[in-house]
Order: sequence, then structure tokens, then C-alpha cells
Amino acid sequence: MSVILCSHPTDNVLQITLNRPEQRNALTNDVLKAIGDALHEGKARCAVVTGNPKVFAAGADLKELATMKAIDCHLDPRPELWKRLYHSPIPWIAAVNGLALGAGCELALHADIIIAGESARFGQPEITLGMIPGAGGTQRLIRAVGKSTAMRMVLAGEWLTARQAHDCGLISEVSVNELTIETAVALAARITQQPPLAVREARKLLLTAYETPLQQGLDMERRAFSLLADTADRQEGIAAFFDKRPAQFEGR
Amino acid sequence: MTDSSILLDCRDGVAEITLNRPERLNSFNAEMHEALKSALVTIRRDSTIRCLLLTGAGRGFCAGQDLSDRKVAADTGPPDLGESIEQNYNPLVRSLTALEMPVICAVNGVAAGAGANIALACDIVLAAESASFVQVFCNIGLLPDSGGTWMLPNMVGLARAKGLAMLGDKLPARQAEQWGLIWRCIEDDALMSEARQMAAHLATRPTAGLAKIKRALNEGASNTLDQQLDLELQLQTVAGRSDDYREGVAAFLEKRAPQFKGS
Repeated sequence: MSVILCSHPTDNVLQITLNRPEQRNALTNDVLKAIGDALHEGKARCAVVTGNPKVFAAGADLKELATMKAIDCHLDPRPELWKRLYHSPIPWIAAVNGLALGAGCELALHADIIIAGESARFGQPEITLGMIPGAGGTQRLIRAVGKSTAMRMVLAGEWLTARQAHDCGLISEVSVNELTIETAVALAARITQQPPLAVREARKLLLTAYETPLQQGLDMERRAFSLLADTADRQEGIAAFFDKRPAQFEGR
Repeated sequence: MTDSSILLDCRDGVAEITLNRPERLNSFNAEMHEALKSALVTIRRDSTIRCLLLTGAGRGFCAGQDLSDRKVAADTGPPDLGESIEQNYNPLVRSLTALEMPVICAVNGVAAGAGANIALACDIVLAAESASFVQVFCNIGLLPDSGGTWMLPNMVGLARAKGLAMLGDKLPARQAEQWGLIWRCIEDDALMSEARQMAAHLATRPTAGLAKIKRALNEGASNTLDQQLDLELQLQTVAGRSDDYREGVAAFLEKRAPQFKGS
């Protein structure tokens, strides 16, 4: 049985469904690699990553972790697998129902956008096992939810409900559980309808914002803004606006 | 098992829970909380159950917390009432309101303190003519819990809520009905038969749809109109895909009685 299932709910949207329900979608290296491969190989322009109604992904594989010494962790290819998700060539949305714990929460944090059903729970419970998060659960989390909330989650192992996650800005939308995936797919489809070059540049800049001093980020923004001035899609977008018709973008 | 503090009887889609400590007016002690919790878990997990009927044995419905219970006794130093609320009363109110089926309460006698507010947390409250609702908390230096301070002003307005909560007077069932606190006041002898008839009827109705109605109405009290419109949109989208909706429309067009499955 494949660890992930891939489908295309619309022509340009790839849906990746984690498919190890028995293991509560535990994120082994194999699974991370499969998600990365799907994001990098497909012809889709936006992706949705989801789990099942009860579990988005509940952490790493504890049995695997239990056998690892310091040097094993150090040599583990896992950080590279995570990086591949972050450097996905296309934007991707995490559609979370149920538990997103530990590495599962970190997987969601790697997404460009998180959308959740009311049943979603986000947590970094590593501390209760004598560990700490190892894939952004301290660094990405604090940027996403702010200091106090990140501290509570990481130091006390507290979970966030979907509403709390929405209130602190971790996720962009809460829907009823039955509609989580299609809400994410609809959003993904809206992104694929935008001009691809502009989407790519804008996404790159948004992601860079976390790692760049403001002035440098503004300079980069201006450069990309200028560069896009010569695209055919920009001309089309403006012309369509004045003609009051939908734009036909071609990625040029 | 008549010595059990909670009786659970499931048949024909209806679960009937009877609070069964009549010698203590069905007041809550730790054991009754545990038994009620496990009964509610049983009901939640049983997909054949489509309506819950809650009532009390003997002359009272529920007198709230049993003040002689060791855990809340005030004579051996201050008790931690917060713990009991966190462990028992709040989860109980939450599970009644979250239960995805209609919950009927047949208030057979006095409903006092938490007992009153647990009754009011049910979806449809029927009360015997001789029954009454009493927010006794104010008489012992406490405030209404189990959602009372939220439900009362929402149901009868702030003025009546404050009067009830600060005076602690008995509100007879008939007046509770006139105030809109409960659905109906019924003659003592007819209470249980009417309640069971209503439960049997609701158990044949579109359960998932009723659960959505319950949810939307409960949340409406704290939502803005905008939020509520969005919630209605989402719930209706899901409801529109149900078998029961299809069956309901088909039966209507074919002029026959619908056969709902509950999903």
C-alpha cells in the first residue's frame, strides 16, 4: 500500500493524502520523501496535503526514534527531506482535520497556508517524551503563533484547538470538518488561476520575509516587481481589468 | 440493576437515562458522575441511537450537587469546587450540547442547582406540573454553574436571570413555560408518556439534520449574524449531501411518508 495517495481534484491542483491510518499517519522518512517527490514531480500548479478525518499526522515514528543515538540523529537525512517540502516548486496548502501533533504540526508549518476543520488540534508534545521538536517546531512555530503561545505549546505540551489556532494566526480559516478538503482545494484552484510567474515571485518574497532584514526584503520586492513589468500576463491582467473580462494568463 | 445510580435503557433508537438516587433527590456524587459519563459514551458510540431522553427517578429530577459528598464538604478545609466543575459538570454540559442527536429532558420533579442547569442544557425540556426550577446557589454563597449564567439570560433575559439567580426562588414549571425557559409544562401523570412519545418520534427523524439545527441554534447565541450566515452556509452544504435530504425531497414529491436513516 502506498504511503500517500495522489489525485487531481482539478486539472492544476494536486491532492496528496497521507495514507497510513493504522500508524496515525506517522511521518517516517519514507513518507516525507514521498510528499516531496509528489510536490516536485507533478505538473500541478498548487497542492493540497491532507490526512484523514481523525488524524492529519500524529508525529514521527516513535519506535524508529527510540533506537536512534545522537550520531544517528546527526546523520539522519531527514532535515534534507523537510527542506524539500519547504522548497516545493509550487505553493501547497495543509488541509488539517483531527490531530496535527509533533512532526504532524511541523508538516503543517511547512505549508504555505493552513486550513483546518473544527476537529483539528495542533501540538508539539515532544517535551512530554523528554525531547524537543526537531523540524521547525520551535523556530517556525514562534514566527507563526507568537512567543507566549509557542512557549506554552513547546514547554507545557499544550495543544491548540482549531479556533485557538485561528485566533493566533497559525491557520487562515476554520471550516466544518466535512468541508475542509474542498475548501482547501477551492483556494488552491483560485491560486492556480493567477498568473504563474507573479505567484512564484510573490511566494518566494513572502517566504523570504522571515529570513531577511526589512530593507533588503523591500529591495528584493522592488526588483521582482520591476522584472514582472515585462511579462505578457501583466499586460493581459491590466487589459482584462479595463475590458471587464476574465484574464487569460499564460505564464509568460 | 436498580442499585445503580444511572439507569440506561436503549431501544428502538431511543436511549433513556434515569438519574437513580431517589433517596437523595438524584443529587450528584462522584459515582453518579462516572456512571453518567460512561452512559453518554455508550450512547455516542452507538449509531443506532437517534434520541436521548433524560429523566429522574422518584419525586425529584435532580437536586444538583450532593453536599454531603466527601469531595465538596466544606468542614475539612476549603474544597476545590473548580476541580469538580472541570472534571464533571463542564464535561457533562459539553457532552449534552455536543451530542449529535436531540436530547429531551423530562423534568419529573424539583430541578435544583446544577440539576436545573443540566436540564436546561438539553434541547427540549418538558416538565411535570409539580416540578420546579431553583437556582439555589445564591443561598450558600455560590453562583449558578453548569452553564446557568450563560443560559438563563439567553433564555429569559437578564432581568429574570438575575432575579432567579440572586433570589433563589422556586420557579414552578408552569411559569417556566410562560417565561420561555422550557418547551412545555405537562400534567404529572402524562409527563413520561408524552416525553417517550416525543423521543420515539424524534428517533425516526433526520438525526444528522436535527444535530445541525441544534448546533446552529446553540452557537447562534454567541455568533454575529455574519458568522451565523457563514455557519448556516457550511452546515447546509453538508446537509444537502445527506441521504435523508434526498429521501425527504423524494417523499415530498411522491406524496408519501419519508423513511429517514438518520444520516
